[in-house]
Amino acid sequence: MNNFIILPILLPLLTGIILVFFQKRIAVQKWISSLASLISIVIAVTLVQRVYTNGIQTLEVGSWKPPFGIVLVADMYASLLVLTTNVIVFACLLFAFRSIGIDREKFFFYPAVMFLLTGVTGAFMTGDIFNLFVFFEVMLMASYFLIVHGNTKIQLRESIKYILVNVISSALFVIAVAFLYAVTGTLNMADLSVRVAEAGQTSIMTVISVLFLIVFGLKGAIFPLYFWLPGSYQAPPSAITALFGALLTKVGVYSITRVFTLIFVHEVGFTHEIIAWLATLTIIFGVIGAIAYLDIRKIIIYNIITAVGVILFGVAMFNEAGIEGSVYYLIHDMLIKGALFLLVGAIIVITGTSNLKNMGGLIKNHPFLGWMFFVAAAALAGVPPLSGFIGKLKIIEAGFQNGDYVMAMIVLLSSLLVLYSVMKIFMNGFWGEQVLSREEEKGSTKGLLMPIALLIALSVLYGFGIEIVSPYVVQAAETLLDPSIYIEAVLKE
Amino acid sequence: MKKAGRKTNDIILQTITKIVVFIIMIFSLYLFFAGHNAPGGGFIGGLMTSSAIVLLLIAYDVKTVKKILPVNYIMMTAVGLFIAVMTGVGSFIFGVPFLTHTFGHFHLPVLGDTELATAVLFDLGVYLVVIGVTMTIIQTIGETE
Repeated sequence: MNNFIILPILLPLLTGIILVFFQKRIAVQKWISSLASLISIVIAVTLVQRVYTNGIQTLEVGSWKPPFGIVLVADMYASLLVLTTNVIVFACLLFAFRSIGIDREKFFFYPAVMFLLTGVTGAFMTGDIFNLFVFFEVMLMASYFLIVHGNTKIQLRESIKYILVNVISSALFVIAVAFLYAVTGTLNMADLSVRVAEAGQTSIMTVISVLFLIVFGLKGAIFPLYFWLPGSYQAPPSAITALFGALLTKVGVYSITRVFTLIFVHEVGFTHEIIAWLATLTIIFGVIGAIAYLDIRKIIIYNIITAVGVILFGVAMFNEAGIEGSVYYLIHDMLIKGALFLLVGAIIVITGTSNLKNMGGLIKNHPFLGWMFFVAAAALAGVPPLSGFIGKLKIIEAGFQNGDYVMAMIVLLSSLLVLYSVMKIFMNGFWGEQVLSREEEKGSTKGLLMPIALLIALSVLYGFGIEIVSPYVVQAAETLLDPSIYIEAVLKE
Repeated sequence: MKKAGRKTNDIILQTITKIVVFIIMIFSLYLFFAGHNAPGGGFIGGLMTSSAIVLLLIAYDVKTVKKILPVNYIMMTAVGLFIAVMTGVGSFIFGVPFLTHTFGHFHLPVLGDTELATAVLFDLGVYLVVIGVTMTIIQTIGETE
């Protein structure tokens, strides 16, 4: 009996439903959603602490014992991600209060954000592979709504692509689950892990595992499957893009990590080698995109792809340093991508354009914004005291331990190019000749800087306080490296 | 329905509809309650009920149907979701895992010994959501020019 761990899923769901009743009363919506988001953060912190002291928490939904019922599992990895997710949603809500506009707010914007949060936390915490699919769909439905919300021409065009790709990948997901069920006869992840270990990972299981890699790769934008992402993420307003960029692809990354550390761990030489190569290619194509564009949104969007590659490279190395590094880097990347998209949103509000050529000298009127961007850029690239350092260090260490020198060097070099791509924004946008005087600016950043400052401060604290964070991450990595801990907690053998 | 330039009279359609709508409604309620031990349930019951309303929409126009059934279907969806979630939350009070359902035998005046299950309340939520969503979709498409 442990109803506490369903609260991170239940609270946003209930809030979303209640917000529908207050469709026209925006002030009420703002209060309820921000309050619920704050309470969610408190709950998530408590959850992390509980998991830290008492080990993995499980809830057998409807009192049905696993593997027969759905089980919710809060291990350290999932709990940390739930906490990060809630922080980002809170920041994006604050940013949306000032920037999203009254027309969108009146048409169920806040309920949609809450349902998105429900889907994401549900996907992190479920212990059942079909339930994971359902939470994926909850999340995707909300994201379809948000991506087209407001009906501008570009949103309509890009939402068609986005929905098409995701419908296809969802169909593939169902097919993959059907194959898996046909072979093993179970859907519970812990039970799947036991059955696969008993039967040995036969070649058909390896085929299914690659099918899962394709499915989650489509959601998480890895190398040959990332084609839909740059266009789609450019369409919606900044607050929504920040939510997407920080959360949606990371759910795909989480699922790959979960599936390839819990279920398919017996043919590492084949499956993890594929992931390593795809991750490296993802990094390469991500940085190429980030360097190529002069559009500030596109630059940040391609940096998502690079980060997905780096995290997956850590997972593919499948040793202690690699998994720890990927956990560190995943949390850092969620925070910093949220911050960067909001920063870019603030810049666009000021300049009215996302083209780097039409801006310059912003630092004269907006020194705080400028230096926040500088810190975020340095953290993204992994400059030592900041948050991106430790994760990348561990991941590269893992690469060298496994003898994959070339790939590790590519990860290392990618940092340089990532730094170049964001510093390009800083140097051209903030330095140089001033393009807009204070009177010519298109909008004010009043209230927009606070949520950004929140995320940047957290990311800096994360970098400096790594000693405090590390026991949690080590516990998360232990569970990921040793499936028996997870299985024991769920099946109670 | 009026066609441009010429008056038509839908008297047969409308009269038949008046009778048939009630048959469909009763059948949908039967399906809803049969769900526990026979094919049926909230989803198919909800679809059946909305098909009865759609028949009304075909025989009459949107305005008349709104007058007959003054329901805000978006709110109906939200109420349905709320009921469904609350049946889960109810388990918090009894200290059992989320969504744990229970049943009991009750002696009702007309029906005699009846087995009542809390899962029906969850199904009621599903029923309302299905009607709400279907009717929202159909009305929204019907009203846009």
